[in-house]
Amino acid sequence: MNSLIHVQGLAKTFVLHHRDGAQIPVLDDVTLDVAAGECVALAGPSGAGKSTLLRCLYGNYLASAGSIRIRHEGHWVDLARATPREILAVRRKSLGYVSQFLRVIPRVSTLDVVAEPLRELGVAADAARERAAALLARLHLPKRLWSLPPATFSGGEQQRVNIARGLIAEKPVLLLDEPTASLDVANAERVAQLIDEARQRGAAVVGIFHDPAIRDRLATRLFAVEAQILELAA
Amino acid sequence: MNPLLRVNGLSKRYGERIGCADVGFDLYPGEVLAVVGESGSGKSTLLQLLSTRLPADAGSIHYQITGRGLVDMAHLSEAERRWLLRTDWGFVEQNPRDGLRMNVSAGANVGERLMATGARHYGQIRATASDWLARVELDPARLDELPAGFSGGMQQRLQIARNLVTRPRLVFMDEPTAGLDVSVQARLLDLMRELVTDLGLAAVIVTHDLAVARLLAHRLLVMRQGRVVETGLTDQVLDDPQHPYTQLLVSSVLQV
Amino acid sequence: MNTIAGYNFAYLDEQTKRMIRRALLKAVAIPGYQVPFGSREMPLPYGWGTGGIQITASILGRDDVLKVIDQGSDDTTNAVNIRRFFARTAGIATTEKTEDATIIQTRHRIPEKPLSEQQIMVYQVPLPEPLARLEPREAVTRKLHALADYGLMHVKLYEDIARYGHIASTYDYPVLVNGRYLMAPSPIPKFDNPKLHMNPALQLFGAGREKRVYAIPPYTKVESLDFEDHPFSVQRWEDPCALCGAEDSFLDEVVLDDAGGRMFVCSDSDYCTTRQAAGHTGSQSPVAKEAA
Repeated sequence: MNSLIHVQGLAKTFVLHHRDGAQIPVLDDVTLDVAAGECVALAGPSGAGKSTLLRCLYGNYLASAGSIRIRHEGHWVDLARATPREILAVRRKSLGYVSQFLRVIPRVSTLDVVAEPLRELGVAADAARERAAALLARLHLPKRLWSLPPATFSGGEQQRVNIARGLIAEKPVLLLDEPTASLDVANAERVAQLIDEARQRGAAVVGIFHDPAIRDRLATRLFAVEAQILELAA
Repeated sequence: MNPLLRVNGLSKRYGERIGCADVGFDLYPGEVLAVVGESGSGKSTLLQLLSTRLPADAGSIHYQITGRGLVDMAHLSEAERRWLLRTDWGFVEQNPRDGLRMNVSAGANVGERLMATGARHYGQIRATASDWLARVELDPARLDELPAGFSGGMQQRLQIARNLVTRPRLVFMDEPTAGLDVSVQARLLDLMRELVTDLGLAAVIVTHDLAVARLLAHRLLVMRQGRVVETGLTDQVLDDPQHPYTQLLVSSVLQV
Repeated sequence: MNTIAGYNFAYLDEQTKRMIRRALLKAVAIPGYQVPFGSREMPLPYGWGTGGIQITASILGRDDVLKVIDQGSDDTTNAVNIRRFFARTAGIATTEKTEDATIIQTRHRIPEKPLSEQQIMVYQVPLPEPLARLEPREAVTRKLHALADYGLMHVKLYEDIARYGHIASTYDYPVLVNGRYLMAPSPIPKFDNPKLHMNPALQLFGAGREKRVYAIPPYTKVESLDFEDHPFSVQRWEDPCALCGAEDSFLDEVVLDDAGGRMFVCSDSDYCTTRQAAGHTGSQSPVAKEAA
């Protein structure tokens, strides 16, 4: 099995220093392997720690214990121990993340927002914009919006911009946090097709999908996050 | 890859008061480091020390000089240090009036570093200055105007052009957006983001504005009472702060 | 001429002259570098040439022949008075002839006639610091000199071209001496700048109020600052001198009447009279007028 994500013994506890040092354990001893071509759907009720796990996988949350290894240029990089520079390099080349909400950069046009991950990899501006345009067209984002900054777009439009930005660089590891939450059925299906394509070219996908229909449509495997906590409690 | 800047144990006292204590980090080419903290946390002192404007009581600053490797800044002669400061380094002041020559034209402001480094062709200096005005979104037709007639945001952009004209590899910025209206800030931030990416600049940006740090910096250094209390990837420090002070800082601001 | 009793030779006491000579030796050793000296009270106000007079007093020997010019002319009040001052306090010979002088003290001009290795030029300097108008802090300008950090001077020249289309300085035009020090040549017209370069004579500069002396040793490289595409150039006049017909000298405008009549004549009075004596004429010379 060609594994691209290898999580072992991952724990995450939040310490709230201004709430008398309250400790909130969210994840404990999570072990997860994701192979190329897999799409793992994180399952569990709200508050189970699905988003926390996803953010740990991206290096956005600091692991309290354990290792989070991501395949990067033929090597394993442990995000729990890597320097910020190494994490940024992994993100640039190997690790993509589509969050629920787009963090809008003022004044930058939609086309450039989407093209940016390619620009970071050294693709020329024109070529990057061309690919961004093709992707936005596939996602049926009206062409008149491409030159505008996405700040004023509707939720569904912003989400498609976000997905395009996350998928354009064809990174081998993709983390998706509710990628279709604000989309109608037709648009959700277009996104699902893109995710399928990513999987088919060998990407390892980990996602949170609330809509059971989309989850069943995309997931090759379910991973119960809640079970980790329950086991601990038991 | 070797670091561009290596800082070890940098300390400065003002009598009994600590300005800055035992600060160390490596900065790599193209990397943007934001130093955040409240007023009086020592972040501006740190910037003064890093840019060698203020002598440190202890510690060292090494800089990667092209062809010479990591060089201890304390071992450079005054002439070498100044040359570095006006070619390979830049410093963007919080108040553009401190960083500009207010009594000469915008073109002369941008051209000064070129002339200081030996440019002696008026037409070429002018053309380069004109290009840089356009690059920082100032109308090149205003090349011969005095900066006093420019708005605060325009002056700040002019100051940036004045610093970047020699294509420095390292730029220090002291609260570059602090004195500006919010709408003007956004434009400036976006411009700075673009320039940093396009030119592969390494930068140390001092700011109390976490949104500025989020937008521009790869890495954060959180300072309190002259010491670094937390450091790490920008989004990790802001979204999952570990130190009590950082948690307070992040929770005290409106959502960034 | 008899000297006045009760004064030391050339007015200054010997200790002061030694002090100034030491400063001058240092100035000659570091061409273009401003050497501080203990400027003395002189029997005329600052701004009237006290720096030049103190240098002249320090280097004057009993066999020297002194010429003093002001704006190129030997017969203006200042020139006449300074010449008489030294004649009376040192008993030395004076002259109006450039070639006869061993020391020429000047304000605002360099004689048209080429100088020789046997001669010394002494310039009266009001403002010795060429960067003063751009950077008022002396601590800073000294550092700029120490590091040969002269970009600022070019900023000024740039600004001139941007504003006026050309470098607007027409006198006290900044020069770089021996490829090292930026120097104010005193308020000579830029017409005279080329004469500073590789001049066989020793050139000494004195600023009494600012308490600085500096020097250009004989045969020293002196470049006027410029841009490649705006090269340094000197003033030119459409007509030759109205009195001697010279086409190679610096001309002063002389107003003839209140009806707009004017003529241009050599500012170097010795040069002009010498030429006239040799038979050269201009449009307004008496000979030409009679012929007409």
